[in-house]
Amino acid sequence: MTDEGNDQTTDAEPADGPDVGRRRLRVFLVDDHAMFRAGVRAELGAHLDVVGEASTVAEALTGVAALEPDVVLLDVHMPDGGGRAVLEALRRTHPQVRFLALSVSDAAEDVIGLIRAGARGYVTKTISPDELTAAIRRVADGDAVFSPRLAGFVLDAFAARPDAPVADPELDQLTNREREVLRLLARGYAYKEIARELFISIKTVETHVSNVLRKLQMSNRYELSRWAADRRLV
Amino acid sequence: MVPDKPRLYRSREQRVIAGVAAGIALHVGVSATAVRLAFVVLFLLNGLGALLLYAAYWALVAMPPGDGPPRRRPWVQVAALAVLGVTLVVLEVGAEVPGISPVAGLLVAVVAAGAGIIWHQADRERRRRWRATVPSAPWLGAVVTEPSRRSFLLRFIGGEVLVAIGLIGMVAVYSPVNRFDLSALLSGVVFALVGLAGVALVAAPLVWRTVEQLRAEQAGRIREQERAELAAMVHDQVLHTLALIMRNAGDVKMVQRLARGQERMLRNWLYKPTGSPTERFAAALEQAAAEVEDTYAITVETVVVGDREVDERVGALVAAAREALVNAARHAKVQTVSLYAEVEPEQVSVFVRDRGAGFDLSAVQERRHGVRGSIIGRMDRHGGRAEIRSVPGDGTEVRLTLPTPEGATAAKSG
Repeated sequence: MTDEGNDQTTDAEPADGPDVGRRRLRVFLVDDHAMFRAGVRAELGAHLDVVGEASTVAEALTGVAALEPDVVLLDVHMPDGGGRAVLEALRRTHPQVRFLALSVSDAAEDVIGLIRAGARGYVTKTISPDELTAAIRRVADGDAVFSPRLAGFVLDAFAARPDAPVADPELDQLTNREREVLRLLARGYAYKEIARELFISIKTVETHVSNVLRKLQMSNRYELSRWAADRRLV
Repeated sequence: MVPDKPRLYRSREQRVIAGVAAGIALHVGVSATAVRLAFVVLFLLNGLGALLLYAAYWALVAMPPGDGPPRRRPWVQVAALAVLGVTLVVLEVGAEVPGISPVAGLLVAVVAAGAGIIWHQADRERRRRWRATVPSAPWLGAVVTEPSRRSFLLRFIGGEVLVAIGLIGMVAVYSPVNRFDLSALLSGVVFALVGLAGVALVAAPLVWRTVEQLRAEQAGRIREQERAELAAMVHDQVLHTLALIMRNAGDVKMVQRLARGQERMLRNWLYKPTGSPTERFAAALEQAAAEVEDTYAITVETVVVGDREVDERVGALVAAAREALVNAARHAKVQTVSLYAEVEPEQVSVFVRDRGAGFDLSAVQERRHGVRGSIIGRMDRHGGRAEIRSVPGDGTEVRLTLPTPEGATAAKSG
């Protein structure tokens, strides 16, 4: 739709590595605010293909099914069920489509339901275009995207409380390394900086974050279900 | 009738037992002590009669309306009176003529006392309220609307128990075989219980429904209140901020500051449990961040994990963190600063990080007193530690750690 000769993308790369030899990612926008969609489309157009957009859940379902984009940018709050309804309808039929939640709220309680429904990450709408592009790339690669606040929230939720029953240690607890990575994320470190700080590769950082995401999605820790239940997201 | 003679009430202020004597004294216009003495004399002459007379007064004469609960009497006084009373009664009973059973009289007094307690639960004002709540069954209203339901129920049940004991006792004393028949007594109790259970069974659904209805009504009221609060907040804050933004549309910094302040306010209002900055660490830190945001028109991305109370040392930590934020805002020349704090059992740590200009530590630290005094010195004085990492062109991170009292003792012993 919007790709007229944007082959000079490499000089405007975000911080996280050039996409030499990669095909351009196809992105779908779901948001009920037309102004916001237009803004994102303009910002992303230089690096990615915005192949379609939708303002309602129904439009999103037909649009995503027809276009099969790589990544769907999903608004958390929409009048007719929000991002969660879209996720639940599509995640089984289109497992190859990845979802990134986008919310104006950075109250992580709001997005925990989306993450647990299968979104690969969550960013706030105040994110810069470069960071958003990097986040979309990361999600498309199958990795996870955590904002600092979500990282802090996960640390809180998985805090070692002596009274909290641990049903499944593999899922209900974070390893020390994962904790360290999350702390650095919460301190505003980029993946590259985390890798340098901990003397590990970026790939390893990504693996840690993906593991945390999996735990966040699968764990039955009381805090997680409670937060979700409080927001009627379960 | 003398017009200005006070109505006959039981006295709330000067009562010793139920305020009967004082009430009569006030009504007749004599000293309360005289009336009490009269009662005591009467009691000595004919104990049962005096008791019944007092009970009758108590049951029939109301407390004056209004002014709150009756004065509480020290329980020592009550206990002393009770002992005195019981002694007198026992003496009386021993000396009583054997014509009518003194035990029966006592039982009548007990029944009267129980009935009186129940009766006084139901003064006119209360009954009206009960009826207003549940028109079909005022007694239900009694159960569901009483503000101090527990004490009400206690008294009610206490009264009923007294009545029941009195009645059962009387049955026992005057049973046809004229002796203490345990099995008859037991069967009587069982019958009474079965009757009560039947009443409870019939009433339970009604009680439940009424309670539910009241709860729903209350929830509705709360919702309405919340809506009003929201409307007030939107009106006072949001519309006001929007008006200011429109008036200052040319001033980008001003618009950003207004929008950020309003956003923070709305977020707090929507998501945060209210904590006072003088009491909770997280709230204090967030307030410091908000002040820096407002003063320097930057964004502080604040993430706080865990929380604890603010004491002097934690306060110093917050002040040092604030100083680090101010330094970042003034010197880093970036729009965003990250603030991360974590409360662990053994220590509290704060990290302030920017991706700004950075500086050469060895060159700057000597002359910059802000860093020396307000951050490093302050942390040292309070038993904590400050570490500053900065690379010119690659930003700065200030790391503050403060061992908690528990953490410090653990380190010493370990």
